[in-house]
Amino acid sequence: MTTLQPPIFPRMPRGRRDQRRYTERPRSDGLLGRAVLQSFVKLDPRLTVRNPVMFVVWCGTLVTLAATVEPRLFELSPEAPGRGFNALLSLILLATLLFANFAEALAEGRGKAQADALRRTQASTQARRLLPDGSEALVDSSALRRGDQVRVSQGEMIPADGEVVDGVAAVDESAITGESAPVLKEAGSDVASSVTGGTRVVSDMLLIRITADPGKGFIDRMIALVEGAERTKTPNEIALTVLLAVLTQVFLIAVATLPPVAAYINSPTPVVVLVALLVALIPTTIGGLLSAIGIAGMDRVAQFNVIATSGRAVEACGDITTLVLDKTGTITLGNRLAEEFLPVGGHSERELATTAHAASWFDGTPEGKSIVRLAEKLDAVTALQMDTATGLEFSARTRMSAQLLPELLGVQEFSARTRMSGTDLADGNELRKGAVDAIKGFVRSRGGTVPDDLDEAYERVSRLGGTPLAVCWNAEIQGVIYLKDIIKPGMRERFDQLRRMGIRSVMLTGDNAITAGVIAREAGVDDFIAEATPEDKIAVIQAEQRLGRLVAMTGDGTNDAPALAQANVGVAMNSGTQAAKEAANMVDLDSDPTKLIDIVTIGKQLLITRGALTTFSIANDVAKYFAILPALFGQAGLAPLNLMGLASPQSAILSAMVFNALIIPALVPLALKGVAFRPATADELLRRNLLLYGLGGLVVPFIGIKLIDLAVSALRLV
Amino acid sequence: MTDWFQVVVFVALIWATAPVLGRHLHQVFDDQPQPLFDPWLIPVENGVLRFIGERGRPAEQAWDYLRPLLLSNLLFGLVALAFLLFQPPWLNPQGLPAVRWDTALHTAISFLTNTDQQHYTPEQSLSDLSQLGALQFLFFTSAATGLAVGFAFIRGLCGRPLGNFNTDLIRAITRVLIPLSFVFALVLLVNGAPMTLAGPITLKTLEGADQILVRGPVAGFEAIKQLGENGGGFFGANSAHPFENPNPFTNLLAMVAMFAIPAATIDAFGRFLGNRRQATLLLLLVTVLFLALAALAISSEQGGNPLLAAWLSGPNLEGKEVRFGAGLTALFATITTGSMTGAVNGAMDSLMPLGGLVPLFNLFLQVIFGGQGTGVAYLLVFLILTVFLTGLMVGRTPELFGRKVEKGEIVWSSLILLIHPLFVLVPAAITLSYAPTLSGISNPGSHGISQVVYEYASAAANNGSGFEGLGDGTLWWNLSTIVSLLGGRYLPIVALLLLAAAFARKPKVPPGPGTLATDTGLFTVVTGVVILILGALTFFPVLALGPIAEAFSLVNAR
Repeated sequence: MTTLQPPIFPRMPRGRRDQRRYTERPRSDGLLGRAVLQSFVKLDPRLTVRNPVMFVVWCGTLVTLAATVEPRLFELSPEAPGRGFNALLSLILLATLLFANFAEALAEGRGKAQADALRRTQASTQARRLLPDGSEALVDSSALRRGDQVRVSQGEMIPADGEVVDGVAAVDESAITGESAPVLKEAGSDVASSVTGGTRVVSDMLLIRITADPGKGFIDRMIALVEGAERTKTPNEIALTVLLAVLTQVFLIAVATLPPVAAYINSPTPVVVLVALLVALIPTTIGGLLSAIGIAGMDRVAQFNVIATSGRAVEACGDITTLVLDKTGTITLGNRLAEEFLPVGGHSERELATTAHAASWFDGTPEGKSIVRLAEKLDAVTALQMDTATGLEFSARTRMSAQLLPELLGVQEFSARTRMSGTDLADGNELRKGAVDAIKGFVRSRGGTVPDDLDEAYERVSRLGGTPLAVCWNAEIQGVIYLKDIIKPGMRERFDQLRRMGIRSVMLTGDNAITAGVIAREAGVDDFIAEATPEDKIAVIQAEQRLGRLVAMTGDGTNDAPALAQANVGVAMNSGTQAAKEAANMVDLDSDPTKLIDIVTIGKQLLITRGALTTFSIANDVAKYFAILPALFGQAGLAPLNLMGLASPQSAILSAMVFNALIIPALVPLALKGVAFRPATADELLRRNLLLYGLGGLVVPFIGIKLIDLAVSALRLV
Repeated sequence: MTDWFQVVVFVALIWATAPVLGRHLHQVFDDQPQPLFDPWLIPVENGVLRFIGERGRPAEQAWDYLRPLLLSNLLFGLVALAFLLFQPPWLNPQGLPAVRWDTALHTAISFLTNTDQQHYTPEQSLSDLSQLGALQFLFFTSAATGLAVGFAFIRGLCGRPLGNFNTDLIRAITRVLIPLSFVFALVLLVNGAPMTLAGPITLKTLEGADQILVRGPVAGFEAIKQLGENGGGFFGANSAHPFENPNPFTNLLAMVAMFAIPAATIDAFGRFLGNRRQATLLLLLVTVLFLALAALAISSEQGGNPLLAAWLSGPNLEGKEVRFGAGLTALFATITTGSMTGAVNGAMDSLMPLGGLVPLFNLFLQVIFGGQGTGVAYLLVFLILTVFLTGLMVGRTPELFGRKVEKGEIVWSSLILLIHPLFVLVPAAITLSYAPTLSGISNPGSHGISQVVYEYASAAANNGSGFEGLGDGTLWWNLSTIVSLLGGRYLPIVALLLLAAAFARKPKVPPGPGTLATDTGLFTVVTGVVILILGALTFFPVLALGPIAEAFSLVNAR
């Protein structure tokens, strides 16, 4: 008896998304403590100078500190603010800097914790390298180079990324995916042959060809990314930084030119107050939170168990206008189930069921198993001698598979082109099932005829949105199996949301046009490409891009790699091949294609958070003017501008500055979590966010400053 | 009451002429056939182009458009400077001598930049030859340069090549400026504006004294002065002078002439874009801003001076031409500073504090109809900044007119934002620091601040009106305003064209429901708020120390 068991298929996403397990959150013990420490380390001017807005605050702090030490350093007038006021102001400015640093450190810390967890899996291991003469040598994993072959057996750690050359084994990938169930790895298979360094073989033995030099492996890249070592500013972030820098310069001009103007009307302008005015006007809120927002965006993606190769990729997600999705596994549940047998050509249902049962005996796919189950339910169990027969496997590319007798193994290649599967019995009978046109070809090649009612059955199944599989016994077509496709729950709503966000979805499927059309309509996708081969993906993507659209797609196979590289956002499944993972700009550790939709949301959230806080920050300036100008120029007749009725000039200035400082930590949670986002059209989003952050930015500081002023004057701080 | 009626009539006329003139501008700058003009203008235009060796190829790079612009402007400036420096005896009925070098330089640059600040009294300094050959010549070329820049910018924003500067310059003159000013000059002539090369007349006044009445080719001069948003008067009294502005009817026409072309440029922009709704909303936005400012100016002048209320009731008539009264002077002041004309029919210096705040505010914003061609460009720059700020809030890389707004656009747009405060506040601060030696300010206190800031704001915004009361005919004022004049004119032009050329090269993104629509009421309101916040926040401290403090001092003094 041959030892072929129904193969364990690569792990597919299971269950509803909210019930699925995600990687354990990195431990956050000590995170706050480390962030506090980092906020002081980041006061180093060499680090601060990278952020022009905060650098101005940094310089301002120096000035006020100097004025605290010697209040008469900058002014001689006796009315100049005293040491106490200057000290308070210095403290507030220092707090502003620390708060901004803290936000950044906190965001970075979360990534670092994750990186540490990953690094633990990277402990140097011994590897058995295969020498050219066939013997083995024990080497350190760091000595392995691309192209080396290593043998890894049960209980051992896989030393580096590679492709399985020989062997079948179960591998525990929980270190990177958090999923505890081991995954089957075997040579030759498109999706199951890539292994990741740091994962553990839990059964059997693998011969692996190393595909990554030390330090360049998948985990190394992940560590570098989550740690932010490779963090470069994204295009939008750069544009925003430019705008903030110019605004800072504009306000610098406005404040720096103020003393001569004020001097003309004999109104003194103490340097410390000018520093306060400048710091209040420049967009410190967004300037302090900008990098934290970016880091947190990457982190949010990572929490979804997706590794993005760059912040640019996450940001690009927000701009996606077209999603290219595989039908199977993304829109429909991965496994189609046999629903009905439709006999043709005068055969009985039982006859068909029996043949289907036999043809599917070796078919380990969920579809194959469901056919066996359905046949058994009809009590159509085959009486054939299955233990002498051999299966021909289905090929995703050719949409067929077959089972071979041991003596026919030499013609496996031929059978792979026939787009069918089935069973060759020991007595020479060939049982096949497969795509209807493939079976037609098979039957004709055996000199048989196609029954007239086959097309009718084929169309009936297609109209129901099912996949028709023809079944034949030698040259005789006995009927069609109706494989029912089950659309994942909630898909229609998700596509509706996407459409409202302006994202078009295109479904790719190997099904015929009628089936594809029915599924597309039921699932609510905008467009579909039927009878598509993986190569069609790249054509679809290029066609969309020619229209100026930005395309996202998911893929796992090696033949998806060009399309993943072509797409603006390519998400590779972790179960996929190394080639796919390298071509993609994100890797989904859960191998869940629907996650693309979540990533798009995160990308949008990232941009919205940035825009919202910028708007808020700039809108705040109005209130700050009304607090500081009347305080500064009260004698010059501007006292009536004190709309908030702040207690005294000094308390007004301090209150505005305290507000300016406190708003940063107050907004840290928002910056790290991202603003609430629900899919809506651009106009709805704009209206909502303008009301919240634009109008809010105008009103909140008036209230905030007034409240702080009440506290300041109650405490008699000044 | 009649003042408010004039406001309504004025706005109605602008809205009525904008589509008509806008269609014409679109035809001119889109190179469309114009059966009325083509047969007799094409030979002229082609002749001039052939003469300067221009083959009319559209610019591929921004510098292809900028190079002829800067070169031609340099040439125009030198020609005008030569006229002023030498002032030969031809067409010089008063036998006026050459203009002092710094005043000549300032005047040439001031008129070259479409500003027309005048640090001299024209009728006592310039011969008819200088008025025509230097100033009126620059009226046309500077306005045409502005229009060319405006439409090159519009083309770039609509994703098209910038065009050819020489072609644009010549067509702006032959098809827009000359025909319009010819018609307007005829109307002025009919209403009594002189048009003669004969010298001044000497009259005996009732007291028996001699009075010299300067005449000149005023009607033609005046027409392009208003239409080209130039504003430099033939007479020192500018549009308050009866020869320049004979009656209330010509006053209304002069006001319409100032806004007509900028309003029509906005309309033409909509035609270029293929989205007239966008243009209409922008026009509505600037109209609303204008009405708010006009209302503030008119009401504060009509309210009169509270300190004088005990002796003198009624409007503030100081520095007003009584033919027009307080209301129409305030309206004229709002229009002349909103558009970058700078012609005046009263003394800005004598406006009430809040009445004086309005022109200053206009000069800071530069978009309430704005300069010839450049006004719409600045308005669109604010649109870019608004799209960037709000576009992020809808979760997409911001897009404007189907193209992404990224680092390049933000760099140039925000630089344009930076240029204005740089060339207004810095020289004003320097001048005020050395007030006793440099400024010749006639007023102490807040009003003095307004005077100085206004002078530089007027120069940098290329407006040209003066707050006056300033002894500005000095070496310091001439040279320091030259910096603001040139910086405020050519730096933004370079930035605008670089921005537009890069924008046009970007790939087009098809609009969808996720795209932020810019042609909605909501977005237009947001744009207005962004204009007010970004444009005015910078200048709020000087506004507060100048006119606002002055206004409070009036309230307090009571």
